[in-house]
Amino acid sequence: MEFKTDKLAVVGNKGKGIRSDCQITLEITESGGIHLELNSKVESMYGASNRKFLMEILEFYEIQHANLLVEDSGALELVLAARLEAAIKLLIPTEKEYLSPMLLENQYGTAQDKNRFSRLYLPGNTPSLMINAGIHKPDGIILDLEDAVAHSKKYEARFLVRNALRNIDFYGAERMVRINQVPAGLHDLEFLVPQNVNLILVPKCESAGQIKLVNEKIGQLKLKYSISGNIWLMPIIESALGVLKSLEIAQSENVVALAIGLEDYTADLGTRRTQEGNESFFARSMVVNACKAAGIQAIDSVFSDVADMEALKKTVIRSKSIGFDGMGCIHPRQIKVIHENFAPDSAEIEKAKKIVIAFMDATAKGLGVVSLGTKMIDPPVVKRAQKLIDLAISMGKLPANWHEEFLSMEAARK
Amino acid sequence: MSKYDKLTKNAVGRIVPQIVNGKDAIPFLGVGKYKPTGHKYGPPIASLADYPEDGNKVVPSLKDALEKAGIKDGMTISTHHHFRNGDLVGNQIFDAAAELGIKNLTWLPSASFECHSPMIKYLENGVIHHIEGSMNGALGRFTSEGNMAGLGVLRSHGGRYQAIQDGDVHIDIAVIAAPTADCFGNATGDRGSAACGLLGFALADSQYADRVIVVTDNLVPFPCVPWQIQGNYVDFVVVMDKVGIPEKIISGTTEITKSPDRLLLAEMTAQFCKETGIVHDGFSFQAGAGGTALSIGIYFAEMLRQQGMKARFARGGSNKYLVKMLEEGLVDYILDGQTFDLDGVRSMRENPNHLNTSPFTSYNYHGKGNFAQFVDVVILGATEVDINFNANVVTHSDGYLLHGIGGWMNCLLSKCVILPIPLFRDRMPVIRDEVTTICGPGELIDVIVTERGIAINPLRTDLIEKMKGSSLPIKTIHQLKAEAEKICGKPQKARLTDEVVAVIKWVDGTVIDSVFRVEK
Repeated sequence: MEFKTDKLAVVGNKGKGIRSDCQITLEITESGGIHLELNSKVESMYGASNRKFLMEILEFYEIQHANLLVEDSGALELVLAARLEAAIKLLIPTEKEYLSPMLLENQYGTAQDKNRFSRLYLPGNTPSLMINAGIHKPDGIILDLEDAVAHSKKYEARFLVRNALRNIDFYGAERMVRINQVPAGLHDLEFLVPQNVNLILVPKCESAGQIKLVNEKIGQLKLKYSISGNIWLMPIIESALGVLKSLEIAQSENVVALAIGLEDYTADLGTRRTQEGNESFFARSMVVNACKAAGIQAIDSVFSDVADMEALKKTVIRSKSIGFDGMGCIHPRQIKVIHENFAPDSAEIEKAKKIVIAFMDATAKGLGVVSLGTKMIDPPVVKRAQKLIDLAISMGKLPANWHEEFLSMEAARK
Repeated sequence: MSKYDKLTKNAVGRIVPQIVNGKDAIPFLGVGKYKPTGHKYGPPIASLADYPEDGNKVVPSLKDALEKAGIKDGMTISTHHHFRNGDLVGNQIFDAAAELGIKNLTWLPSASFECHSPMIKYLENGVIHHIEGSMNGALGRFTSEGNMAGLGVLRSHGGRYQAIQDGDVHIDIAVIAAPTADCFGNATGDRGSAACGLLGFALADSQYADRVIVVTDNLVPFPCVPWQIQGNYVDFVVVMDKVGIPEKIISGTTEITKSPDRLLLAEMTAQFCKETGIVHDGFSFQAGAGGTALSIGIYFAEMLRQQGMKARFARGGSNKYLVKMLEEGLVDYILDGQTFDLDGVRSMRENPNHLNTSPFTSYNYHGKGNFAQFVDVVILGATEVDINFNANVVTHSDGYLLHGIGGWMNCLLSKCVILPIPLFRDRMPVIRDEVTTICGPGELIDVIVTERGIAINPLRTDLIEKMKGSSLPIKTIHQLKAEAEKICGKPQKARLTDEVVAVIKWVDGTVIDSVFRVEK
């Protein structure tokens, strides 16, 4: 396609290895109508519908004269729309947003103390990795606008992430977004808050003040769009200062977990990250303690060797033993290892079973005090045991009718 | 001669010609419905008196051999595909034929590869009239765009044996490239620098061709042991510098997949086989060459190990993972049709429990049964399936012919056929209202496993019953199709012309579907 000027907006990706994406080159002209050239890998299936769709978007923005080149490697409509909207907005000022109806499946909220064993990072400008992310059943997915997006792609990634939150089914995973560092990242929230995002990760957090700014911005947007649901926050502690301030950050409003980011932290210390992790032991313990003091979850850093499942397993076991409740992952294959090793083990389950049975016994007998053997059991311990049992059932580690089996075994033993 | 004539609708509702390249063809009548009569093809009787007294059949060049074999216009020349994309012999046959001014040949490969793309010039200038075998990649594109003088004929591995045995196709000259041979024509694939494992795909060619030429780069003193191909069938032996490129002889897909989506498919498939009881002590399985299929073997091995069970046999293609199972005692025998990597070649050469098979033993439908019938579960791929469980392996949704059938069609006679396939590839849904080309009738395809759900053929009430209450996502094929279309959008059908460019032969030699010319 021949363009008349050099005032072109080029958005999206093309080339070898690029799938489910498109690159759009747009030029808005004075006359001559719309010239649309679509080169598509899926021409035989979606050529006609794609042309119609692209024309509809141009019409929505009242563009009558333009040269539009679309090089398509199988982009879904939500991707085509995000790319074209970003291109249009690079050329003309407009407030209008081209939005397809939000999937009903995406209209769920998440509980403050939901399980967060695994959360899968997805680069915010790479649609091919988003589409199937949910089938791997992570507890959460993170659409990443920060480090995983090149500086030159930050602008267009926001449109893609917005559309992904609306129109990609993540099959029940908690839908999280990592925004850019505050204050620049506050602008990202405009693309996220109206899209029923469940949780915002705030990178390189070093003060409660930063969290306050995020909460204020979210509050304004919620008011503007009349949104009532909760949007949780997970600040990421990635510096020495952040570690030392972790308690005030953990105690901030809407914060449900702190994550620790060790790459940046070790750089800040002027040391290197090792497998043994001695250099970060203090930081990890500090974050865990801050979280437990604030009654929230502590989430460990990602493990970066995606091929080494044995080392990942060791890391998860150590992480759990320090007191972490979950871990980030950068590859879907890590999810299963993380779940299996954060999950309650058989000793924990056995202990929890005894506590819950003792509680049921005590309730049945009308006793106010639960005891196991000679030990008295406090209500929070019972609650934690019940939660562990629920978790074990949901992970298939315990049958739902476990207590019948337990009782019949007890009876047989007697 | 017109490419084809007398179009009719066959038993699966597809329009197929009853005259193909001037010869009669029978439309598909249904599974097991066509009953052949008469006798097998008999090749001419030879006499020792016509062959060298010392048994040495070596001639100076391939061109000499072809001339001595009496190459003429209109003949059929066959080759086998066990050097895969590293084959150096196939193109040379037609180079020699072109030099001799021969026209209108039929090429009957057991499969073609990208390395055979140079054949296009011979298809264009009339040296080759048409291909019966497979038309992959560039050859498929050439065929799909209507450029081949004759009609392409695609057969399965078993179908090729059947067609040669029945005399549906008559081979004038068979050229059998061999990694090792002796001067008498005994040949083997399990050793030599171009070792490819076995030469089973050339068995029918050796038995039924009028003339047989063995080409090798490793001539050993008589006897060549083992003699996978028997010299008693062979007319001429040609020695060349190099018959194949070893690194390209190895199949491209010998590593398990790293794709998390494919691994999930493999895991779900293995779990399905476990829950239905298909994996049991003494069971048998066959998995294709793709990364997903290879991974399923690994999950099977893990299950067998954990439960202290073993498989009775696995059907190859073999690879290092299957060999490892054999050596670990997780399987008693590998019954191998082809070796995908050098571990497979080594094991076949050294391990008496690693046996070579041929399309005759494994796949031939016009015989008194075959080995495929014994396989408990076979894991295959497909480019498309439809709501009636019909499946396609040769064309893509845009109508282009890009793949051969291989043993795929023959494997459908196994006890359980599972196709693990992604619900969509990029944006292309895999489950269609109607497949572009039917290669396998739905009644023989039992289970479709996708990352978003598993559909069991309603005919398999036994499997449906066994999966009740499973934690695996069991859905109907219609649900899966709707789910794909919700994500991708409803696709249009490919725009195809009504001009037939190739036919697909079912395992019994009847025509199950046609491939139509695409609109460029």
